[in-house]
Amino acid sequence: MRIVLEKRDDTSAFAAVLSPVIAVLLTLVAGAIMFALMGKDPLAALSTYFLSPLQDWGSIQEIFVAATPIVLIAVGLSLCYLSNNWNIGAEGQLVMGAIFGGFVAIVTHGVPNGPWVFPVMLLAGMLGGALFGLVPAVLKTRFGANEILTSLMLVYVAELLLDWLVRGPWRDPHGFNFPQSVMFEPEALALRLVETGRLHVGALLMLVVVIAGAVVMGRTLKGFEVRLVGEAPRAARFAGFDDKRLTLTVFALSGALAGIAGVLVVSAQIGQLQPTISPGYGFTAIIVAFLGRLNPIGCLVAGLFLALTFIGGENAQIFLRLPLDVTRVFQGFLLFFVLACDTLMLYRIRIEREAAA
Amino acid sequence: MTLLEAIILTVITASTPLLIAALGELVVEKAGVLNLGVEGMMIMGAACGFAVAILTGNTWLGVIGAILAGAVLASVFALLTLGLAANQVASGLALSIFGLGLSGVIGASFVGLQREVMPKLFIPGLSDIPFLGRILFNQDPFVYASLALLAGVWWFLFRTRAGLVLRACGENHTSAHALGYPVLRIRLLAVLFGGACAGLAGAYLSLAYTPFWSPGMTAGRGWIALAIVVFASWLPWRAALGAYLFGGVTILQLHAQGAGLAVPSQFLAALPYLVTIVVLVLIMRARSGASAAPAHLGTPFVPDR
Repeated sequence: MRIVLEKRDDTSAFAAVLSPVIAVLLTLVAGAIMFALMGKDPLAALSTYFLSPLQDWGSIQEIFVAATPIVLIAVGLSLCYLSNNWNIGAEGQLVMGAIFGGFVAIVTHGVPNGPWVFPVMLLAGMLGGALFGLVPAVLKTRFGANEILTSLMLVYVAELLLDWLVRGPWRDPHGFNFPQSVMFEPEALALRLVETGRLHVGALLMLVVVIAGAVVMGRTLKGFEVRLVGEAPRAARFAGFDDKRLTLTVFALSGALAGIAGVLVVSAQIGQLQPTISPGYGFTAIIVAFLGRLNPIGCLVAGLFLALTFIGGENAQIFLRLPLDVTRVFQGFLLFFVLACDTLMLYRIRIEREAAA
Repeated sequence: MTLLEAIILTVITASTPLLIAALGELVVEKAGVLNLGVEGMMIMGAACGFAVAILTGNTWLGVIGAILAGAVLASVFALLTLGLAANQVASGLALSIFGLGLSGVIGASFVGLQREVMPKLFIPGLSDIPFLGRILFNQDPFVYASLALLAGVWWFLFRTRAGLVLRACGENHTSAHALGYPVLRIRLLAVLFGGACAGLAGAYLSLAYTPFWSPGMTAGRGWIALAIVVFASWLPWRAALGAYLFGGVTILQLHAQGAGLAVPSQFLAALPYLVTIVVLVLIMRARSGASAAPAHLGTPFVPDR
């Protein structure tokens, strides 16, 4: 007996929606087995993970707060991956955005300032993320250096730079030697949307970016170019599209979005710079981009779901004493199953007897 | 022991895990498969190796556990990329994320425990030779294993028929298939070998390099191993050169920190990563953009009978 993959002639839109759903269900089954192996009640653990964060308005807000950076980054990464540019250094671009944005917050600290501080921080963060994202893009287009490796190496560089800044030049002089910057002033904090809770203006920004992304990808020539360069690079070159310039564009764009995410993390969630600011949003966004089928609206749905696992993971750590790494295992499972289900969409699986082969 | 001796010794120990992991990945890529999950397999090797060694009280069983852990993770990757023809880049990333997470879960109850590091092999006579003896003949078994692996991989790839077939699968899987070679089976074996090597490299970190396990202890070494393969132009002896270069940079920055150099420690710690980038750029420049990669690296193969 042998298993044979046969290419399908067409992929139905139904299958495109169904495959992530199947992947999520398989992840739940795999998660239940893992919890059982760890000696926990699988149902209780799963409900802590996936249902407990939905039970009150406060933690639903937290889901949006956590989803905001993830979705912003995932939309940018989708553009990269669609055009065959493997930017996996979004975590570093996020940190660099936070450094640039944080710089604005720190220099305006204790001097007369105004409501312009936060928008300027966003712009600075965009700039920082875009410049840092351009480094692997330039190295790829100019020298052909592998962008997967260079963009990932830069994550470590950005994290070490932030570590140095908050322990050295940017350390709060009145902070009892803790490795952290001054607390940002109210002008440098993201505007809250509600009286009680942490829902902030970034959630609106996220929706704007998702809609803009969907329009660009679905309705414009640029969106067509991105897909064409990824799927048929030769045809794209004949059509006169400049793939090197596109590489620079998508890296700058995804870097800028990651930079905004970084500013939002420090100014809405933390309120200062610290040695570690992100629980791996930049890496989670990679999973979100794939789970969302490299489609901005898909990224929004997938990002909210993954944010749920972050909040659920924190709850599970508190109530069930499960290590926080379980969240990462979940995310790994999810990406495995998404990729596997994608295959089932592209290929038909047939089981043949040996004699027939 | 002189300072120079000490430095050379530490460079060798810092380079060994990089060399072992890079050699494994080199074979995988020669077969035409790009497995970006080295970091994940390596850290699983470190966690499982330490866990088994603590539970059984035997370092060697720990090593075997680490090799198995790496191979098991690699088999998940093989199932996805070979069995289901999934995207290799994304599958490798998933493997790294998954491995980092699972190693944290498995290792959670072993954090803070310590055990004796693997003893150095002392060869009477040879180890007593001044300078050379201490450097060449007073290492832990991993170091000798890595050198044997280097020779073995070179011999297999370039001096045996099986190695030739494996390289053929990486250069052009359609032709290899047409000649009747089982492309997917060969790639499966290569991927498993790569996983075993990554697991072994991880075991080195938690059983010989340091006496403990700590979450995330691979600190990007798996990714540097991937960079070394590119640097090496897919040649084993150049991979050794690359591994020792990176090991050297790592140790150099530690010594510079220890010597109280007036440079922030974070800048020195960033050095290995920056050197990786610079080396990747320089190597591509030297090749003037032409890639030495196996022609079918990273492309899935679906047999079309």
